[in-house]
This record gives sequence, structure tokens and C-alpha cells, in this order.
Amino acid sequence: MLIKRKEFIQVGSLATASLMLPKFLKAFEGRPMVPAGNKVVVIVQLSGGNDGLNTIIPVRNDLYYKARPRLGIESTKALSITDEAGLHPSLTGFKELYDDGSLGIINSVGYPNPDRSHFRSMDIWQTASQSNEYLSSGWVGRYLDAQCKGCDKPTQAIEIDDVLSLSMKGEHMKGIAVKDPRRLYGTANEKFFRDVMKNHGGDTGEETVDYLYKTMSETLSSADYIFRQSKLHPTNAEYPKTELGNSLKTIASLIFSDINTKVYYVSLGSFDTHINQEFQQARLFTQLNDAVKAFTADMKTNGRFEDVLLFTFSEFGRRVSQNASGGTDHGTANNMFLVSGGLKQKGLINEMPDLNDLNEGDLKHKVDFKNVYATILKKWLSADDQQILHGKYEMMNFI
Amino acid sequence: MLTDPIQEFPDNVYPIIFSAKRLNPDNFWQSHQKFGSMSLPNQLKNQHLLWRAGFGPAVEQLPDLSQFTPQQFYNALVKASSKKPDYINVADNYLQGLMMGIDQVGRVQKKDLTPDEKKEIQRKSREGVRNLNLYWLHEMVNSSAQLREKMAFFWHGHFACRNLNVFYQQGLLNVIRQNALGNFGTLLKEVSKTAAMLNFLNNQQNRKGHPNENFAREVMELFTLGRGNYTEQDVKEAARAFTGWSANARGEFIFRQNQHDTDSKTVLGKTGNLDGDDVLDILLDQKQTAHFITKKIYVFFVNEQPDVQRIDWLTERFHKSDYDISKLMADIFTSDWFYDEKNVGSKIKSPIELIAGIQRMLPMKLENEESLIVLQRILGQMLFYPPNVAGWPGGKTWIDSSSLMMRMRIPQLINDEDELNVRPKDDDDQMMGRENTTPSAAPPKKVVFRGSKPINASVDWNQYTNYFDKTQREKLVNSIAGILLQTKTGVDGSVITSYADQSNREEFIKTATIQIMSTPEYQLC
Repeated sequence: MLIKRKEFIQVGSLATASLMLPKFLKAFEGRPMVPAGNKVVVIVQLSGGNDGLNTIIPVRNDLYYKARPRLGIESTKALSITDEAGLHPSLTGFKELYDDGSLGIINSVGYPNPDRSHFRSMDIWQTASQSNEYLSSGWVGRYLDAQCKGCDKPTQAIEIDDVLSLSMKGEHMKGIAVKDPRRLYGTANEKFFRDVMKNHGGDTGEETVDYLYKTMSETLSSADYIFRQSKLHPTNAEYPKTELGNSLKTIASLIFSDINTKVYYVSLGSFDTHINQEFQQARLFTQLNDAVKAFTADMKTNGRFEDVLLFTFSEFGRRVSQNASGGTDHGTANNMFLVSGGLKQKGLINEMPDLNDLNEGDLKHKVDFKNVYATILKKWLSADDQQILHGKYEMMNFI
Repeated sequence: MLTDPIQEFPDNVYPIIFSAKRLNPDNFWQSHQKFGSMSLPNQLKNQHLLWRAGFGPAVEQLPDLSQFTPQQFYNALVKASSKKPDYINVADNYLQGLMMGIDQVGRVQKKDLTPDEKKEIQRKSREGVRNLNLYWLHEMVNSSAQLREKMAFFWHGHFACRNLNVFYQQGLLNVIRQNALGNFGTLLKEVSKTAAMLNFLNNQQNRKGHPNENFAREVMELFTLGRGNYTEQDVKEAARAFTGWSANARGEFIFRQNQHDTDSKTVLGKTGNLDGDDVLDILLDQKQTAHFITKKIYVFFVNEQPDVQRIDWLTERFHKSDYDISKLMADIFTSDWFYDEKNVGSKIKSPIELIAGIQRMLPMKLENEESLIVLQRILGQMLFYPPNVAGWPGGKTWIDSSSLMMRMRIPQLINDEDELNVRPKDDDDQMMGRENTTPSAAPPKKVVFRGSKPINASVDWNQYTNYFDKTQREKLVNSIAGILLQTKTGVDGSVITSYADQSNREEFIKTATIQIMSTPEYQLC
């Protein structure tokens, strides 16, 4: 006999998990915001391989227009930043950031022996491995390993998502994924989990059992911690009602709290524009633009823009030539945006890509992305970049 | 319309390795707690064996667990896995016809397909890989050839390969399932000649004068020797030996003589006009290959912490047996040390083991099969989509805050009509930009992914609850925990009892089972 299974008790909910909340909030009422100086990084992953050449457009380059008779963006439409470069028309907020000295652009970022498969190249960016090396830990995770020995909560790195990226997984420590602090794990079972944990008698001597209980305990306490922190000084600025808008709003509220988070991680996609690139990239850039614009304004209003470094990356750029379906195929080197009130180098940090010097139709990389990581780790987060990146990469000067 | 292979199976066909002798189970939990330094009870050992050599005990096997020795159980597992497995073919007629057509009229014609035809092939092929995933998962749950499927699952991670061509994937899976318990040398050679692997590791681009080293490198680094046991020069020379290894559109191996480099090469000290098979033979001659494979098998099947002495002993015998996989597995599963306390309950189940294991104990029909795919993606192990050619790293990497909480929610999701309100990350290799096909001025719609529905599982509880017919009420929780948990320390029975439905015996058994499956301990085997 098959039994239709619905007849089970609903146990608790996250709402009840926060029963203690009012008291807690009271305790923090009127507390001042964290003083300036706590540097944080916000990583925006553009998934799918963003087309860098239509992001920072080489408006004076005939080779660009020749390779892209249909997709090339006319110089009159691009948002001009220098004689030779313009921004994608949807990136109006980025143009304002450029004008006000808080936008940096690194061109031709990549790595030797580029891989054109999404998952492999994303792996390489997320683990900061060489292209012939397979690491099972991510670079932010290894930052946690180095930084956070003995931390009781994995909240130093938070990803706004349901699922944790490889980037955030260290060898010993892992960041935490949170889509919405109010609904951390969407679980009706939370009360049961807490009771199971309460009745678990400490270390068992069984290593994996202890590991699971430790993770569970950190997760539940982090869930509370993040939720409470998100309510300390919730931002009241307007953000676009998109997923990225919501995510950056959550991040802003956490930045204004006294949470110990140093790295925030969020993704936007898919930029895999084999077809209909024009529409698709504009749609995603509008989301990116509006959310980042609201976020940076919020940071400025609250005097935190000098402490926040937001950067974008994608697993690869796209081929120089357009394809036959109104799109572009997988390429190699790409550009990165740096957004902060504390940049030491602004605007175009290095020269535009050389379209005369291609490798089988693809851009050659000039900057290894690991140099960017090393610079951020060392100069912004004061971390041991060499240990985290398994090697020495020259510092850059943008911060 | 593609018929769903899963639905072609009769309901609940489960293997019963032994004729069922229904007996009242012991109060196992207490003896479990007491075992101390003594040898573990047979029930626990057999459960250990079934979790490691298969996908966990099935409900039909419950009465047998305490009646037979692990040796008897293992013999039965071997027997049940002795038959050559059938080729799994999930590709529909349209796709088959198209592929045959391409093959007959030659490769040039492939370029003449219209964009719509190409798109349709890609879509059907992706759908095919999805069906292959569900079909194989169904085999893992329902097949009596548990040992074979488990070994194949191991090789699936060892010979990790992503390929969206369903024929290529079917071919590779077939090689792996057929040779799972056979000879490793044969397995290695056949895998190396599959279109899936040649294509995935770019050997189609490996030509005389224009070598592509990817294939040669991974064969050495990941399939045989392991890093540090060969030089860059060995890779270069081996790559030349593999030139000309290719496959046709139907996925059959082809040796393209005119692309093959016939000059002399030297690989690991052996010189000659080597071809690909010669290189694989040279790699198999190295005892390091036996060591590399044995260690990986030990870590996968026995304990995450490698035991150097045991591995050396196994390596020696594996190498001497000329890579007989069955003998190696027998050496492991019939040894006393395999059943040592430190090896039992020490392993974190992989997502596939967890998902299959629950279904073996609680036979169920799923209205929404897509949820099985979604769960695989959320938990980080989707069959046929390994993270890279190194496969799934396993062990503690399965666990982070989100994945652990999700794992512990699964029994509850099966149980009620909650939505699976967690969204997996997009995979651009699977999407291939297809989300973006229709431009429209409308604001982006909220993406509703296909798994975002109740799982709608109907569990057939009868056999399971019957098993506890003669168990006294106050011993029920311990008895249930005894069959579900492998760890030495159990969960607190009073917590389980307090969350279980006390209204009647049957409900109590069901709810206590769901609760016990929702604990950290159930993540281990």
C-alpha cells in the first residue's frame, strides 16, 4: 500500500528561532555604527563569461568594428571615459563612478594556458590554481584558513546565495551562504536541529561526527548572529527590486552592523551570450548598474565608501569576432571593474587590449588575476597573500 | 516525446539476496552501544558492508542482516554482480536516427544541419544525459548488482568526464559498468578509447607536429601514476604516442594513422616507436599505478585516513594479480580490519550515496523526479557533471553550512509537501545560454526552476514498519537507530521520541525514522 505522506508534524520555524529577538534588539538600540576603517571586499561574479570588449569598448579601434559588424557598439552610443574607451551604454552609474574617481578598470586580466570551458575556468578563478592544477579549496576559503583559526563562526566570509561557491571553501574553514537572513535555511526542522545539538554530549572521539556537529553548531549560531546583525542598522536606502539589488542591500546592512565579515560574495548571470548578446548583456548590465549605483550611494551617505572595495570578475571574456547568431563565443582575457572610495589608481589602470596581437582570435592576457587577488589580500585585507595563493605574485598599485 | 526510462520499471522491484527469514530483530542499539573492544555484531558489520560495497541496506534485507556473516553477504553480493550489465540506452529515436544519418553521410554533412536542427540535437542530448543520470541512479537504488554499481560509481569519479553528448556518455558509462569489477588495465584502455574521454581531454586536437598534451597529462596525473611520478618530458613524449587517437561521430574509436607521430619516443625510460597502447602498458607496469589506484580505493571504500601498511599490502597483491579489481575488492571486504571499529561509520556519505541510501530503505515513488536532479546539484554531486577531470574530492568537502542543513532537510522534504525552496547555482555548461533565447522588453520574470515543487514522494512503508512488528514500543527508537546509523555514538533517543508522532505505533515508527534520518549521524556510513 502506498501512503501519501503529508501527515507530519511541522516543527518550529525560523520565525520562532528568533523569539529572543526583541530583547536582543533592545540591547543594541541606539548603538553607534562600527567606526570607519573596517575594510571589506564585495566580490561580484559575472557568471557565464561576460563580453569584456562590449563592456569597455575600444571606440577608436577599427579592428574592433571590423570583427563585430553587427555587435560592435558605436562610439556615439558608448559612455565615453577616455579618448579611446567608452562604457557600455547601460552602465551609467559606472560612468558616474568613473567621473568621481571611484572606478578602476584593469584590462586584459587572465591566466596562462586559458581554458574555455565554463566550469573549468571558473574553477581556476575560484581556486586561484594554475590551469593544469586541480585544487579543492577556494582562495577566499584559504583566506579564512589563514585568518580565522579558532573562529567560532564562519561569518568572516558570507555569500548571498543558497549554495556556497568553491571560492568560499577553505581547507579547514568555510564561509557561509545566506540568501536571506530572515529565512536562513528555510527549514521547518530548526527546533529539532537545536535540540539534537543540545543533547549531543560534546566531543565523541569520532572525528567525522564531531566535524558535523561543529559545522551544525557554527551554522546555527551564525544564522542567529547574521540575522541579528542585519537588524542592527538596516539600511533604509532604496535598492532596485532585483536579486542583485536585494543582495547588495543585505550586504549594506551587514556592513553597517558590527559583524566581523570581511568578504561578501554575490553572483549575477548568465553572461553566456552565444546568441542575442545585445539584449541579454544590456539586461544584466542594467541590473548590475542599478544595484551597484544604489549600493555605492548608500556607502557614501553612511561614510563607508572608503572602506569598501567592490570588484567584478568573470571566468573568461569572449572572442573578439562576433559569431553568426548575434552573439560571441568563449574567449580568454577580460577586464575587471574596481569600485571604491579608496582607490589609489583610477580610471584605466593599464592599456586597452591589443587587437593586433591575438592568439587564435582571442585576447592575450597581460595581468594574471592572481596579482589582483594578491594585492587585495595583502593591501586591503592585510592577509598573507603568498600562503593563500601558494606563491608570490607581484603587488599592483590600485589600492 | 521521450519516454521516461524510470517509468518503464515495475514498481519496487527489489533484490532479495537471501530467502527472507522473518525474525524478531534484537534490540540492536543496546548491543551496538556495548560492543566495546569486542568484535562488532554481524548486523552492524553487514550494514557496514552494504553501505560501502553498495548503496546501503535495502528494506528487504533487514531480516537477513543479523542472520548471516559478512562473508556470506559478500559472496552473495559478488554473485549478484557477476552478470554482465546491459547497455543503457536512453537516446530517443529522433536522436538515434540523426546520429546514424550523420555517420552514414559523413562528417561534412554535420555542418549542413540548420541552426534549429543543431539546437534540437543539443537540447535532446542534454535531456538524454539527464535521463541517463536518473536511469543510473535508479539502478543504484534498485539493482541487486550493488557491488558492480558501487564500483562503477567509484570509476565514474575516477575517470571523471563532462560531455554533453549523450551517446558519448552512454558509451563511457557502459565501459565503466562492464569493467567495473574486471581488469583495471582493460578498463583503462577502454576508457582511454571512448569518444567521451578523447573529446573531453582534447585528444581530437592531438596531431603529429601539433601535440595537445591534455590527454597524456591527465592519464598520468589522474588515471594512473599521480602527480610527481613522471616528468614533463614524459608527458610530451606520451602525448606524441597518443596522436591519431580519435573517435567518429557515433562515438567509436578511430585510429587516424596519418595523424600519428611514428617517430621514436621515450616514456618513463622505455624507448621505441610507441603508440597509445604501449604507453598505457608502460604505465601499468609501474607499481606506482597499482599504489595510486589502491590508495584511492582504500580512501573511498574503507577510510578517509589512509593506512600505509594496509595499502602497501593491497598494492602488492593488486599488482601481482595483474590488476584484478575483483580480487582487490575481495581482499578488502573479506578482511578483518575492514570491519574494525575505526572504519565503521567514519565516512561522510556522498550526496549520491545519501540520496540512493534513503530510497533503498524507504521505497518510494516520486511524482517530481526533477527533484532528484535538483538535490544532486544543490548538494554538489550531479552524476555526469563532475567538477573537473579530478572528480569529486569527497570527504569533508561535501559538508558546508548550506549543504549540511540541506542534507538534514531531505527526509522532511520527502515527508511533507514543503517546497524545495533552495535554488542550485546555474551551470553554464548545462545551460549553453539557452535561458536567453527570447528577447523581450518585459522585466525579467522570476525564474522558476523545474525542481521548485514539492517532491511529492509516496513512500511504501509496509515492509519497513512490518519489520518492527515484534519490537517492544520502548525499544523501537533504539531498534530503528540501529538499522539507520553506523556511528558509535547515537542520537539522543529522548529527543527523537519527543519529536515523533506518538498517536499510534505505525506513525511513531515513520516519524522516528524521518527524524533519525535528519541527524548529523545519518550523514555517515
